[in-house]
Amino acid sequence: MSMERETGHHGDSHDGHEDHSEASHGTVAGYVTGFVLSVVLTAIPFWLVMSGGVSSSGATALILTAFAVVQIVVHMVYFLHMNTKSESGWTMLALIFTLVLVVIVLAGSLWVMYHLNTRMMPMPHEMLNMP
Amino acid sequence: MSDALVLAPSGDARLTSTDAPVFYDAAGTHHPQNGTLLGFWLYLMSDCLLFAALFAVYGVLGRSYAAGPSGAELFDLTLVAVSTAMLLLSSITYGFAMIAMQRKQMRAVLGWLAITGLFGLAFLGLTLYEFAHLINQGAGAQRSAFLSAFFALVGTHGLHVLFGVVWLAALMVQLRAHGLTVANRRRLMCLSMFWHFLDVVWIAVFTFVYLMGVLP
Repeated sequence: MSMERETGHHGDSHDGHEDHSEASHGTVAGYVTGFVLSVVLTAIPFWLVMSGGVSSSGATALILTAFAVVQIVVHMVYFLHMNTKSESGWTMLALIFTLVLVVIVLAGSLWVMYHLNTRMMPMPHEMLNMP
Repeated sequence: MSDALVLAPSGDARLTSTDAPVFYDAAGTHHPQNGTLLGFWLYLMSDCLLFAALFAVYGVLGRSYAAGPSGAELFDLTLVAVSTAMLLLSSITYGFAMIAMQRKQMRAVLGWLAITGLFGLAFLGLTLYEFAHLINQGAGAQRSAFLSAFFALVGTHGLHVLFGVVWLAALMVQLRAHGLTVANRRRLMCLSMFWHFLDVVWIAVFTFVYLMGVLP
C-alpha cells in the first residue's frame, strides 16, 4: 500500500463510495472499444482456421491460444472491469489464486495423462485378443 | 496531511495522520453493498474451477474418438461463428443496459435487457440445434470419450447461459415491479458479471474445442 494512496483517500473515503460503485460500470467508449477488439480477436482465429491456410497444427494451436488469452484479458478489462483497486484488490487476488489453480489442474492433468498414455501405448495386438 | 500532523503534536505522525482508525480498508473502497459483489466474484471463481476441470477432461479425452467421428468431421464452424457473434453481441448490449442503469433510464435498461435475453436465446437455440444434429447423426454423448467430454463441457456452458436467461427474465419482472432500487441495481451488477464471465468461458470453448478440434 503506497503512501500516496493512503493520503489520497483518507479524507474523502465516505464521499467516494457511491462514485466508486457507479464508476465501475464502465462507459460507452469502454464497452465499444472492448467489443471492437473482441470482434477482431475472434475473427482472425476463425479466418485462420476456416480459410484452411494452415501449414502446421502446432503453430496454429499456439497462435489460437495467444489470441484467446489476449481476448480473455480484453473481456476482463473492458467488460468485467477488473483492476487492482476494486474491493481493495481482493477480486484481483481471488482471480490470481484461481488462475494458479486452473493452471495446476490443466497442466497437471494433461501432463500426467499424456505420460500414462505413452507408457501404455505399445500394446501388442495379440494381447488384445487374449481372453 | 499537514493538518493531521498539526492536530497530532506528539507521538508517531505516521500512525495519527488519519482521524478514523484504519484497519484492512486503507484504500477507503470498502462498501457494505460491495460485499455481495465480492462474494459473487468468488462464486464466479469457483465456477471457473468447475470449467477448468471440464476443460482438463476434454484436454485429456478430446482426441479419443473410439473409431467414431472426429471434431473435424462433426463441427460446423460457420454455426460456431454465428453462436460466438450472438454471445458477443449480448455482452455489449448488457453493457449498454448497465450504462442506462447508471443514467437511471428505466425503459432503456429494460429494452437492452430484452435484447440481451433474445441474443442469449438465439445462442441457446443454436447450441440445441447443434446437439440435436449431432445426436441424429449418431454422434451422441455415448459414442466416444471425445463426445462425452464435448457434451459435458459445452452442455455445462449452455446450462449456465440458460440460467442466465432465466435470471435475466426474473430481473426484468423485478425491475418492472420495484424500479431501479439499490437492491435491483446490485442484482443487475451481479448478473452483469455472470453474463460477461460466460462470454469469457465461451472464448476458451470456441478456441480449444471447436477451432483446435478441426485442426489435423
